[in-house]
Amino acid sequence: MLFAVLVTALVVVSVVSAGAGQYGLPVSDVVRALLDKPLADPFAEGALWAVRFPRVVMSLLVGAVLGVCGALMQGSFGNPLAEPGVVGVSSGAAVGACLSIVFGWTFLGAFTVPGLAFAAGLVTTFSVYALSRSSGRTGTVSMILTGVAVNAVAGAVVALLMFIGDQAAREQIVFWQLGSVAGARWSYVWVALPLVAITALASLVVARRLDLLSLGDRQARHLGVDVERLRLVVICAVAIGVSAAVSYAGIISFVGLVVPHLVRMVVGPGHRVLVPASLLGGAVLLAAADLLARTAVRYADLPIGMVTALIGGPFFFWLLRRNRTKAGGWA
Amino acid sequence: MIAAVGVSVRVGGALLVDDVSLELGVGEVLVLVGPNGAGKSTLLGALAGDVAVAGGEAVLDGRGVGQWRAVEAARRRGVLVQQNSVSFPFDVRAVVEMGRAPWRGTDAEDEDEVAVASALADTGVEHLADRAYPTLSGGEQARVALARVLAQRTPVILLDEPTAALDVQHQELVLSLAHRHAGNGGGVLVVLHDLSLAAAHADRVAVLDRGKLVAIGPPAEVCTADLLSAVYRHPVEVFPHPRTGAPVVLPVRSREEQP
Repeated sequence: MLFAVLVTALVVVSVVSAGAGQYGLPVSDVVRALLDKPLADPFAEGALWAVRFPRVVMSLLVGAVLGVCGALMQGSFGNPLAEPGVVGVSSGAAVGACLSIVFGWTFLGAFTVPGLAFAAGLVTTFSVYALSRSSGRTGTVSMILTGVAVNAVAGAVVALLMFIGDQAAREQIVFWQLGSVAGARWSYVWVALPLVAITALASLVVARRLDLLSLGDRQARHLGVDVERLRLVVICAVAIGVSAAVSYAGIISFVGLVVPHLVRMVVGPGHRVLVPASLLGGAVLLAAADLLARTAVRYADLPIGMVTALIGGPFFFWLLRRNRTKAGGWA
Repeated sequence: MIAAVGVSVRVGGALLVDDVSLELGVGEVLVLVGPNGAGKSTLLGALAGDVAVAGGEAVLDGRGVGQWRAVEAARRRGVLVQQNSVSFPFDVRAVVEMGRAPWRGTDAEDEDEVAVASALADTGVEHLADRAYPTLSGGEQARVALARVLAQRTPVILLDEPTAALDVQHQELVLSLAHRHAGNGGGVLVVLHDLSLAAAHADRVAVLDRGKLVAIGPPAEVCTADLLSAVYRHPVEVFPHPRTGAPVVLPVRSREEQP
């Protein structure tokens, strides 16, 4: 039932989003284009396929990966405050992106900034994992605290790079950090798609076992879960997926934190439903946020990260207030 | 079934368990007692495979506990630890169903429904089945956590202070469940603080003091005033229950200052 609603919402938002914009198109035209029928206006068709569709698809991919990774992180840490950024994916990716911006590196062509962001996101996540391990085990708290330390260092490096960089680089860094799917091209989509698919697949495989982690690490181990391996799989999935998303779209806050909470309020905490529903929910939410970012102010393309935080924050707070008693509080 | 063979555990330089050997037999309820910090929970943790041993070995069904794959160990022994919080508002039935996780994909999966239903009934939490776990009282949470371990249906059960949060009725319920499990060919190792409860229900009592096993045997032999007074560093009186004859253990209580 929920899945039917989410899929319907996803299709509707995507089609509306593809039609809306400075050059508005009726929904019927979008549907015609999707069904591979020629449109009367060749310019409209060109705009749809070259600009709108890749952008919509990218927002779906990024939203899906952020939503599902939020569910994975909260589940594997047994902590409703966890989100992908906790293990340093976003801040590490920011360092990589800033490096290539400030020093003007272009050795990977148009893929230099996302490529470096992806690599740095991966490296940072795995360093957090490695640093927080002691005697073959990772404690939840030690990992989150290590993440805080690494995030602080990464933040300082970004600040230093902004200090070193010239005016243009600074501007580019600021906009990269605000997050946007504006520059999406099919070539980016084809690179991101397999990475997102890996994350989605891994998340569905581990979903059931995440329930047991909410009992605690020891208890999960007593019930036959190889906690270390499960957490490693989760962290790999999150690192790959979120690095890919962040490297193209910049830092889009709040989706990873909020989406699993929203889903949990509707279907409860069982991860077998929560994980796939967060995947779809994240996609819907970010596509809707992108639609809003493009159309809220005429002739302006607002940073999507700003939109998600500005609307998501108060909404989330209201939901928490409303549901606190019903959900029994958060331990 | 499960045994400690010369087990020592060292944490941060302190020797918490010092060369302890004991074995839980088939059909037995073995109760572990001792003062705070004696190493009871640490020993239980070593047997459960949570705590690395510095010397000796914890053996489950003939193999070192660490050598079993996690899921194989989980089909042989269930563990109830002291802290049992659940991070998300799962309902009680879902929590108890988690106890069935080790059997997923095996023939025993057919028992899932019966195992969960009888675990809920045995621990008296049936009426709470649809409540969210975090909204329950401490004693109710403790019984649900026990139900989860019972639903796991393992031959060996390790319980760390299962009665700490419970009222008299439910304390007795827990120990009678332990007996029933032992009577069906299982084995139960229980850490308890209440010495009379231990003396009344244990097949054997093991007394730990400062990491060492100082006595192990039937309650009547182990629960003596001299031994317990020395271990607890407080005068203790032991007298037979007028009807059952089981040893009743009480601390010497006086309103004046202790000597």
